[in-house]
Amino acid sequence: MTHDIFRRIGLLVAAASVLATGLVAAPALAQRDPAYEAARSSGKVGEKMDGYLGIVGAADPALQKLVDDINIRRRAVYADRAASEGATLEEYAFTAGCLAIQRTVPGEMYQTPGGGWVKRGPGAPQRDPRCP
Amino acid sequence: MSAASLTNRTDPAHMVPMNGAGAIPLRGMGRLEQVLKPLLLHAAMLGATMVGGCVTLEAPDQPIVIELNINITQEVIYRLAEDAGNAIEENADIF
Repeated sequence: MTHDIFRRIGLLVAAASVLATGLVAAPALAQRDPAYEAARSSGKVGEKMDGYLGIVGAADPALQKLVDDINIRRRAVYADRAASEGATLEEYAFTAGCLAIQRTVPGEMYQTPGGGWVKRGPGAPQRDPRCP
Repeated sequence: MSAASLTNRTDPAHMVPMNGAGAIPLRGMGRLEQVLKPLLLHAAMLGATMVGGCVTLEAPDQPIVIELNINITQEVIYRLAEDAGNAIEENADIF
């Protein structure tokens, strides 16, 4: 009985250390560029249903470059992973779009199933009925 | 008076007896004419179609948008969701 409790504590400690490692490791992953973060939070760019970033209002060359650059890199990720999952680029990108819209935070813009831009409120975003 | 008798009756159904030679009288025509006449008729009909029956197509004002997303099934999306979630986390700088 006592032995069992110790074993459980040991497992908890192990799990906690794994979590802690994850938390420490997470910031090591590349974060958003400050310009990109600012464009998101100010609503100049938004998440589109097709899995790519879109410009919400007027485009200026710097913003266009920022968006194009991110979308090219997203497309490369989608293409690579779609191939290993036996899916098409569009299927994979659309799935990522579902998730990216889900992960927007209040104040950020996203594209609704109707095609319009909407600012994310406190509730769940409007998404395509096929989204998980 | 029944409802049926109020309406005009059509002629009883009948079939036009087949005429082996067709509607065009062939008597007095040479072999060449027999071949050429249907061709000339066809050419005349084609000409009439080209003159009178032109179909006009106008370009739409709005650009044609082909919605590719409609072909993506929910089944596929659910299958890819886990991997796509990982992809987003592993590439946090571009999502």
